[in-house]
Amino acid sequence: MLRLQINKTRPVSGHRMHGLVLAVALLALAGCKSGPGGNDAGPVADIDLSPATGGAILEGSIGDASNLIPMLAGDSSSHSVASLVFDPLLTYDRNQDQLEPRLASSWDVSEDGLEITFHLREDVRWQDGEPFTARDIEYGFKTITDPTTLTAYAEDYRQVSLFEVIDDFTFKVTYDKPFAPALASWNNLVVLPRHLLEGRDINSATDFARHPVGLGRYKLESWTAGTDISLQANHDYYRGRPYVERVVYRIIPDQQTQFLELKTGGLDMMGLTPLQYSRQTSSDAFKNNFARYKYLANSYTYLGYNLRNDLFKDQRVRRALSHAINKQEIVDAVLLGLGAPARVPYKPGTFWHNDSIEDLAFDPARSRQLLAEAGWNDSDDNGVLDREGKEFEFKILTNQGNDLRLKTATIIQRRFKEIGVKADVRVIEWSAFINDFVDKRAFDAVVLGWSLGLDPDQYDIWHSSKTSEKEFNVVSFADQEVDDLLDSARRSFDRQERKKAYDRFQEILVEQQPYTFLYVAESLPAVHRRFHGIEPAPAGIAYNFERWYVPTALQKHSLSPGG
Amino acid sequence: MIAYLSRRLLGLVPLLLGITLISFMVIHVAPGSPMDLLTDMNPDASPELRDRLAEHWGLDEPLPVQYAMWLKRVVVGDFGNSLSRDPRPVIDKVAEALPVTLVLNLMSLCLVMAAAIPIGVYSATHPYSRSDRAATVFVFLGFAMPTFWLALLCMMLFGVELAWLPVSGLQSLDYNSLGPWGKVLDRARHLLLPVSIAAITSLAGMSRYMRSSMLEVFRQDYVTTARAKGLSERVVVYRHALRNAMLPVITLLGLSVPGLIGGSVIFETIFAIPGMGRLFYSSVMGRDYTVVMGVLVIGAVLTLLGNLLADVSYAIADPRLRRR
Repeated sequence: MLRLQINKTRPVSGHRMHGLVLAVALLALAGCKSGPGGNDAGPVADIDLSPATGGAILEGSIGDASNLIPMLAGDSSSHSVASLVFDPLLTYDRNQDQLEPRLASSWDVSEDGLEITFHLREDVRWQDGEPFTARDIEYGFKTITDPTTLTAYAEDYRQVSLFEVIDDFTFKVTYDKPFAPALASWNNLVVLPRHLLEGRDINSATDFARHPVGLGRYKLESWTAGTDISLQANHDYYRGRPYVERVVYRIIPDQQTQFLELKTGGLDMMGLTPLQYSRQTSSDAFKNNFARYKYLANSYTYLGYNLRNDLFKDQRVRRALSHAINKQEIVDAVLLGLGAPARVPYKPGTFWHNDSIEDLAFDPARSRQLLAEAGWNDSDDNGVLDREGKEFEFKILTNQGNDLRLKTATIIQRRFKEIGVKADVRVIEWSAFINDFVDKRAFDAVVLGWSLGLDPDQYDIWHSSKTSEKEFNVVSFADQEVDDLLDSARRSFDRQERKKAYDRFQEILVEQQPYTFLYVAESLPAVHRRFHGIEPAPAGIAYNFERWYVPTALQKHSLSPGG
Repeated sequence: MIAYLSRRLLGLVPLLLGITLISFMVIHVAPGSPMDLLTDMNPDASPELRDRLAEHWGLDEPLPVQYAMWLKRVVVGDFGNSLSRDPRPVIDKVAEALPVTLVLNLMSLCLVMAAAIPIGVYSATHPYSRSDRAATVFVFLGFAMPTFWLALLCMMLFGVELAWLPVSGLQSLDYNSLGPWGKVLDRARHLLLPVSIAAITSLAGMSRYMRSSMLEVFRQDYVTTARAKGLSERVVVYRHALRNAMLPVITLLGLSVPGLIGGSVIFETIFAIPGMGRLFYSSVMGRDYTVVMGVLVIGAVLTLLGNLLADVSYAIADPRLRRR
């Protein structure tokens, strides 16, 4: 949530649903916890620090949730609350790499990859006491694939040609073609209580959307619109009750206010801005009270070139522009060093990231040479390259309200000027930016971001069939080999085989530079030190939230039950 | 009086119609649609989803038809459901945000009046004195200071450094477990900063208005007459001058009625107050047409009623107007 909302003002959208929900939920949790704070010092040697139930955590949230039915939610606040109330069938582990069981205790993928059989846990109950069965999933599946359901997440489920309930705790799904992202798509989107919702129009079930009955770690206690959302631990949670008894999301839209609340104990956890992390939280007083974490977010920022534009059709020109950009300089100036340069559209340090690729180095001399090879010279000596009487000038567009992107574009503008390329930066309000420029492909270059799903499939963004209006191959990238690789990789369940395909895919992207991949920012949560059991991992810190605890001696009781 | 009132009220109807028509057209013509938040740059959303959403919300009809449909519903008091992911009725959302903003603005308006009238009267009775100049500098400082900056400074001083007041929000998390006096005290502590900061920025206008209006009245013949009669300065100022000097201020008050329901986005964002400003801003950004229209119509009605109210109070304060 931190990344998504602060750095981009609007959520950049995920590649794939499961990725989006997971990433968003994790980030949100990671970015936005907070609790009754105070002046407890850090752990003191002579008190009992063993895990204990009880206590409360106050999290800062930038936006209010809108709808707690996961398949209808569209914002990260809703998904992060919903991820506490509903559990997925399976989820990515702490390394964001392998899938591990949740509501499904196991699953079998048939030899040909066309059939997946899920075996559900038999000890799960809804928070109203009804047993959870395969019929609930069947209901969820039917609802999400129903054309009248206004969900943005139906695509993965539409690939299913047959859904069969075998018995109360087993169901089988059949696909026409093997579809590798299928497995991870069985997340909390289809987990809904049939006994409460069947026969109703889910789109207008606002009572359930605001007071959901789930089966996850927490149950909703109260929700005051625009103010706070309070959740209480589910004592019957099938994986053991969470330690922290109460989670309160306080909706505080301003990050500076959140920070003041954090300092006065009005919050226990929030996502820091790079400025707050590097300049305002280094005092001993702060460090004694709060632990700060940082890990790469599941998103990246890029400069995308419109390949329909004659200026950018020549690969040498795109490589020249990439050579002219100093990515580390952008990370240092824009993120105050709290991020990493990006080479490819995968997160550095993950299984799918191709570590063996050499990025295009910052080398303005090489840029000029490449541009000269492509026919661009400064024949009239005015500092701007020209070819056949036309100067090399274009506009870099980005959306309003995202300061990081604007700064990035400005730094790039200056670097381009040094190689004789004239770039103007234009900032446009989001709706106009997307509808009038990006969707209509009426731009030269854009600074934008994508959030990364946890499945490596990036078909929607790079396949040549996805270039029409409102589709997501916005730069109109088309390469036969990439098409074949993306096609075959999403049809295989063999990790090594997929890895090979995606490694080659990344090599082609680096060679052709349809985007200059710029940076991956870091999430920077701060958590009060009375919370123990936090184990930072590639997935962040929130993946094991139910295992966080406050030792009894450090618990605060300012939040009485029902309060 | 009744004829006057009914004539005025009747005149409001075409005005209101015009306002809704223009607002409706402007917000629908602006680039973007309520579908964007869900479908823009979201590879998970299928292309048909846009069409289905548009159909569901009736946005596939021609604009005039949409306006007619909207008007038909509004006439019977139905503002429709929000076109966002939180599809509750518009009226519910407004009902959540309006009281917060109204109470806050009313309190700050009272504070402004309570401070501006004495400051204005004092400045007028001691024109160009040292204290007049000091008051002028003070109110203009408040006027010139950016609200968000002043708010953050006060939050740091009173909330963090001195820890006297809560930093943000409208009530403590344990509000429901407090006793009745505890609740009042808790609310007061939360309201103190936002109310005073909102007041300080509008103090300048009101107190300067009061001052010049007083000075004007002092030049009038009847004040001279009153003084010539040998009345004490107190009686001259408070009985004869002040009452007449209040007339323009009443106009100003009437004009500030629409402001009472229109919250400020920046202010509400900083203090984490869920008021009208944030509701309106987020619905415009999300192109949530029904909410935008709901807020605008309610705002327009209140503005028009506010103007009417000002005219009526004029009539009460000034008997000459009643006869016309």
